[in-house]
Amino acid sequence: MRRTLFESLTHRPLTEMPPTIDETALAELAASVDRAARRRLGRSLAIRTVDAGSCNGCELEIHALNNAFYDLERFGLRFVASPRHADVLTVTGPVTKNMREALARTYNAMPDPKWVVAIGDCAADGGLFSGSYAVIGGAGRVVPVDLHIRGCPPQPVQILRGLLTVL
Amino acid sequence: MSPLADLLLNGKAVAAHRPWPRVVVTADVWQKIAQELAASHATLLGLWGDGDPVPAVHMAITSQAGEIAVATIECLNGRFPSVGAVHPPAIRLERTISSLYGFEPVGAPDLRPWLDLGFWDVQQPLGARKARSVGPAAYTFLPVEGESLHQIAVGPVHAGIIEPGHFRITAGGETVARLEQRLGYAHKGIESLMAGATIERAAQLAGRTSGDSTVAYGLAFAQAVEAALKITPPPRAQYLRALLAELERLANHLGDIGAICNDASFALMHAHCGILRERVLRAADSAFGHRLLMNRIVPGGVVADLDADGAAGIRAALQDIRERFPRLVELYDNTASLQDRTVGTGIVTAHLARQFGAGGYVGRASARNFDARKTPGYAPYDQLDFTVPVLTAGDVDARVWVRIREVEQSLGLIIQILGRLPEGPITTPLAEITGEGLGFTEGFRGDVMVWVRLDSMRVERCHLRDPSWFQWPLLEAAIEGNIVADFPLCNKSFNCSYSGHDL
Repeated sequence: MRRTLFESLTHRPLTEMPPTIDETALAELAASVDRAARRRLGRSLAIRTVDAGSCNGCELEIHALNNAFYDLERFGLRFVASPRHADVLTVTGPVTKNMREALARTYNAMPDPKWVVAIGDCAADGGLFSGSYAVIGGAGRVVPVDLHIRGCPPQPVQILRGLLTVL
Repeated sequence: MSPLADLLLNGKAVAAHRPWPRVVVTADVWQKIAQELAASHATLLGLWGDGDPVPAVHMAITSQAGEIAVATIECLNGRFPSVGAVHPPAIRLERTISSLYGFEPVGAPDLRPWLDLGFWDVQQPLGARKARSVGPAAYTFLPVEGESLHQIAVGPVHAGIIEPGHFRITAGGETVARLEQRLGYAHKGIESLMAGATIERAAQLAGRTSGDSTVAYGLAFAQAVEAALKITPPPRAQYLRALLAELERLANHLGDIGAICNDASFALMHAHCGILRERVLRAADSAFGHRLLMNRIVPGGVVADLDADGAAGIRAALQDIRERFPRLVELYDNTASLQDRTVGTGIVTAHLARQFGAGGYVGRASARNFDARKTPGYAPYDQLDFTVPVLTAGDVDARVWVRIREVEQSLGLIIQILGRLPEGPITTPLAEITGEGLGFTEGFRGDVMVWVRLDSMRVERCHLRDPSWFQWPLLEAAIEGNIVADFPLCNKSFNCSYSGHDL
């Protein structure tokens, strides 16, 4: 027995290198895990809204998304109080100079991955208020915008359609 | 003759100002008017700067008898006697004049900037337009003294879907010792965009001063322009305007009654009121082509006529509300846990409401019986039957009840309007004359005032005064001594406009 043990110290191990992983099998497993994760965790977005100087028309229609007719939460979409809990930032208004910093800070407080949706004509390019000394002119000048929903204000169903696209 | 009218006789009347007089007065008369305001013989309606043809400050006032007048003081050396020195409601207005025009209110108790938060490239953007050399400076909040006080800074970004503004709450434990607001985050420079704009573009801007009051602003702007141009819209347009205004009032009241209850964690009211609000918006969309009714009113008339289908849609929505709303009112009245939050919370005294000339439900819940539809009044309300609900408790509950009663009044008004809608054209052509006009309408939130000076069908100067100017300061008073947790509830019961105030 002593000899056997001694031999195992002086000889190279018999254990071979592992086989390379089958890429097809990996992809199959990844897809299966992804399906499970999306079923359990996905199809849900937390939304943080920032009014960057709108006339409050867009806010009224965003509020309407919560009423029984549109019932935003049935899609797993809900408004959250903190940017730190949010996946999506919706921005309204032409972005006043007085709101630039607050908007940027809110965006920076959100964890990655994150999306920005500009709601209304003002948030797209400043709208009617373009050219004012007090206005920057569009959310895209302060934060990277992924989707624009035009309208003055856009109807709730248009906003809903846009948010479902992000989902 | 009232002392006010006497005072104005001493001034130089401006010929082309309609429908109420504008008088250029001396510093002496200006100060006497301020004293009249301080003595509650008159109410301040507005105070705003003007750069052309000479630097001046205008002050709109109404006497107890309901006469409206505008007094103007020329400030050639860039100074004018402070009204805020004796009449606190003028303080923020003077700080605004100082920030936007650079005129100095001599003797003013508070010279801190207002609306200008230090982020614009220019200073005094409506006046000298000086380039700004330094960035935002630290803002000094008013001092609060006492043991164990702590501060809570809220905003400009709030937890909900709300407009931007900053609230600095100083509390001792749970109790609020002082609330101080800092506003201006929604300042878009609307009045600078108005200067030189065509009447058409200016009307669009006016309609976006505060989106929830787009009809009230559209109407006030149209009234001001029509007064300046000496034209009267056709009777059908007047009735349609009133219909639009009542639909707007109804939608906002229904939504807000629910939202106030929601801020007291009573979600059931919110859900049901939200349904009723949506019914009004959908009927409005079907009848007039826009849910919020933006830009349906133009100077000269209205752009959208009402057909039989539209009227039927509105009647159906009204019928639905008539059936469901009384049950919700009963629910509000009989839910003890909800009443516990709203009764006795956030009281505005009758004295403050009168002193500040607080319009809308904020004033009417605190015994101030004022409604622009009655005084000075405008067509077609003189032909319609309605009452103005007034309560005295001044708390959140009273503001809710005033709005409940106003929902009922608006339902009645809409039925009357639909029943009496005159036939005929819906616009009258604009006349090409130069002049100044003042428009004064009752929005859902209170009286909206628009002043305009026109030249060759373009706007030279337009001032828009939101009712919130005289309500925001009262919120600071109302929350004092209440608990911090009741701030959202008090705030929602006021529902002041940030955008309308910030311009």
